[in-house]
Amino acid sequence: MPTDAQIKCRNLWKVFGDDPQGFLRRHKGNPSPEALKEEGYIGAVQDVSFDVNQGEILIIMGLSGSGKSTLIRCITRLNDPTIGEMEYEGRDLLKLSERELIDLRRHKFGMVFQNFGLLPHRDVLENVAFPLEVQGISKADRVTRAKAMIDLVGLGGRESYFPRELSGGQQQRVGIARSLAVEPDIWFLDEPFSALDPLIRAEMQDEFIRLQSMLHKTIVFITHDFEEATKLADRIGIMKDGRMVQLATPEELVLNPADDYVAEFAKNAPRERIVSVGAIMQPVTDAASGTVPMSAKIGAVAEQVLTSENPVAVVDESSGTIVGSIDRQTVATSIFGTRSSEGTRAA
Amino acid sequence: MTEATAPSRTEPQGFSLSAIPLWGQFAAIIIFGVLLSLVWDGATRWPEAWVIPAAQWITDFIEWLKSEATIFGVEFKDITRGIGAALKAPVKWAEYLLYRGFKGIGLGPLPWVAVAAGVVIFAHWVGGVRLAILCGLTMIYLATFNLWKDSMKTMTIVIVAVPMAALLGITLGIWVTRSKTASRIFSPMFDLMQATPHMAYLAPVAALFAFGPVTALIATVIFAMPPMARCTILGLQTVSSDVIEAGQMSGCTKRQLLWKVALPSSKRTLMLGLNQVVMQTLAMVVIASIAGATGLGHKLLYSLQQLRLGVAIEQGVAISLIAIVLDRLTQAYAYKETDHFVAGKTFVQRHKHLLLFLGILVASYIAAEFFRWVKIPPSKFIWGSGDAKTVLFDAKLLARHMDQAIRDFNVVAFDYINPIRDWVTIWILLPVRDFFLWLPWPVFVGVIGLGAWRLGGMPVLLLCLALMFSFIVTGFWVETMKTTYLVLIAAALCVIIGVPLGIWAARSERVANIIMPICDTLQTFPSFIYLIPAIMLFRIGDFANIFAILPYATVPAIRYTYLGLKRIPPVTIEAGIANGATRMQRLFKVELPVALPEIMLGLNQTIMMALAMTAITALIGSTDLGQEVVRSISTQDFGRGILAGFFIAALGIIADRLIGSWAAERKRQLGVA
Repeated sequence: MPTDAQIKCRNLWKVFGDDPQGFLRRHKGNPSPEALKEEGYIGAVQDVSFDVNQGEILIIMGLSGSGKSTLIRCITRLNDPTIGEMEYEGRDLLKLSERELIDLRRHKFGMVFQNFGLLPHRDVLENVAFPLEVQGISKADRVTRAKAMIDLVGLGGRESYFPRELSGGQQQRVGIARSLAVEPDIWFLDEPFSALDPLIRAEMQDEFIRLQSMLHKTIVFITHDFEEATKLADRIGIMKDGRMVQLATPEELVLNPADDYVAEFAKNAPRERIVSVGAIMQPVTDAASGTVPMSAKIGAVAEQVLTSENPVAVVDESSGTIVGSIDRQTVATSIFGTRSSEGTRAA
Repeated sequence: MTEATAPSRTEPQGFSLSAIPLWGQFAAIIIFGVLLSLVWDGATRWPEAWVIPAAQWITDFIEWLKSEATIFGVEFKDITRGIGAALKAPVKWAEYLLYRGFKGIGLGPLPWVAVAAGVVIFAHWVGGVRLAILCGLTMIYLATFNLWKDSMKTMTIVIVAVPMAALLGITLGIWVTRSKTASRIFSPMFDLMQATPHMAYLAPVAALFAFGPVTALIATVIFAMPPMARCTILGLQTVSSDVIEAGQMSGCTKRQLLWKVALPSSKRTLMLGLNQVVMQTLAMVVIASIAGATGLGHKLLYSLQQLRLGVAIEQGVAISLIAIVLDRLTQAYAYKETDHFVAGKTFVQRHKHLLLFLGILVASYIAAEFFRWVKIPPSKFIWGSGDAKTVLFDAKLLARHMDQAIRDFNVVAFDYINPIRDWVTIWILLPVRDFFLWLPWPVFVGVIGLGAWRLGGMPVLLLCLALMFSFIVTGFWVETMKTTYLVLIAAALCVIIGVPLGIWAARSERVANIIMPICDTLQTFPSFIYLIPAIMLFRIGDFANIFAILPYATVPAIRYTYLGLKRIPPVTIEAGIANGATRMQRLFKVELPVALPEIMLGLNQTIMMALAMTAITALIGSTDLGQEVVRSISTQDFGRGILAGFFIAALGIIADRLIGSWAAERKRQLGVA
């Protein structure tokens, strides 16, 4: 995975109240939760630091009110953070002039919204072409570009429909096409599929994976759905009460949750799709029969291991050597958990 | 004296003087006031020597403005003259277009056939066949009943005032959403302006601009503008945040965000604002006839004063039909979806409405050269010629017959109507009026003041005191009390009629389907036309005036009761049923108490509308504040008219603050705010 940070956030605070700046200054930029409560301030985002790496899908997840939406609005500067530092490709995001910010949004940023944010008075084509229109791109060019985007999201032939004539899933496809029309470097998605019903949501997630496999954008994706997060993410940042509790790969979150809160989320995660064989394998044993690759998710090898009387040898694909073994017991506990009472979790 | 019983603001319910119960406080104030009036004449009638001659000052001030004042070296009268001239131009052009004709180039006004066809075609485009038929019938009515030219005169001011009021409203609305200062200044002003009756606008404008269409235009624009501003503010503030953020993330500049995102997204709210502007404009234009607007309102006023009721009914129907047509057209336009562009349609197919209209326009101009009836609608239809000709239809004759028929009807009906009218007048109206005229002002001030204090605290108390003393110390006590008496009786009747109707509608879908559309229609009509049945049945006098107020002001009582009951959460009602309440118990113990704040807001609206209508009854004769306004325009004693208009508004504000504070507090207690 490429590791150079495209966006850097350091000690971001977004505090709501009468005089948030003064409040943070009084508390030297790091007030305690008690101080916030006592003085009647709400810390929507509290001391959040993280990087978004080139080409990765970073998912920020948390329950409603955890500050994830505020955080993405701070980065996009729809909402300015109270204090903190933010850089985009080395440029200080908070020092941008109005003009520079508009330019950044016109060329580098794309965003998809939970409730689509389509313009009701414009048809599909005009909605998708809108970001190009405000840049002053000629009509012929923007129509060509918008049509290509509409085809990309599978809405070809519906260019002259109005948003009200489309289903929720189709509307969000328009939202996606619009956000991609300017070929942004970084793509923000704010709970893009939360307003859709479950079947459509799954379909749109697959669509998203398909698009990303073609586009390779850097993505910041907000969701409150842990399953969605684990399905799509390279890394997941979990937020609680405005703080980023843990930022890690899905596998780390499941195997080494930073606290009970993360563990609670991870408990309901589809481990078989997240945890890889290498993470739970045991030492090499002679009794092993058959092999499985180390990086495979346990769901993929479960059948083979569970139906095998003996432990199965684990192979490191890069070197081809046997590095460990895995048996039925390990697979069963890692999928269903250690306590039998948890065997009733939703799959 | 209310200061003595001051409760602390923090605990309005239980305060230190709580040893005296609330009724005791009111009783104490009333007794004190009555006793005071026995020993001091000044409590009955504000002493002549203490009267502040504010009316005279205002009249003198306006005189000075018009004759001597200069602003930055420009004479004030030149400024008003300049504005007048600037506004006269569009009015003139509209007149040329609709009924005068462009004499300079030898082009006649729009032939009535073209106007009628244009309206029908537009109706078909926005609302389909049914709306087109409604519009067509209205056009034929206006044409055959000899009301075409007067309708066009009325429409002249409407078509000039509507765009002006709409643009002004949108501009101010945008400004308010963008600037805190503007919001602080204009938001309360729009509230105030919407509570101010039509009449109150006429005197000040008439004072500065000469009697004539320009005065009518200015008053109309000012009166019709606030709903547009408020709808603009509402529309812009309720654009979904996702849409705004999508606009920002697309890289919109502030200007692009407003013009390409926010305003188009609130199109529907803006169009409903436009609908209100149109309706308010029409309502004002017909009343502005007393300040120089010609047209239907002017003619109707004349007919009423001459008691030519047949003609008055024809004119009233015309005004009502125009109101309905304008209302339906603007609503249909507001709800019209943008046409779905379908490839393969030709230019002609896509613009068939427009092309059809242009075709008729040209054809009718040519035809008008040869056939007079294309240019000016005939008021007589004659079949055949020479000795064999028969008159199929004659509008003037019909009106004469109607006059006669109404007179005949009245001769018979008055035998039954007059005794009722006289009995009610003698035994109810006059005693109540005498009570209000007897009422010592300290009692009135004390009771209202204590109520204001208890309901809204110091700010409301101070406001109410200031407003009450403004009409006491300027010598308008008697006129104000006459208005108060009329409004209170009318409002009481509206509640007695309206609340049961609202309850009935809330309980039965079928009844609601009948009553609610009637309410909508009643609110569509310009208030002026309610004078016609009142005069027809009861001639002039307080009884007629109250009767004229009823249909207009009962609507909010019905509507708010209905909505209040409908909005009760089903759970609340089900809890009542589950507890074994009978239908009656449910109504009186559950539904009405919960809906009461909403019903009281309805009463608030009823009082506002009754106030507005009382002022309009001045056109057929009254002796209250409204009459002062009407008279001031003819006598040029504008001070009295301006003050009287202000006091009508003041009564409205007092009622609004008292009831509004109560309802807000009650809603808060019920947790439904």
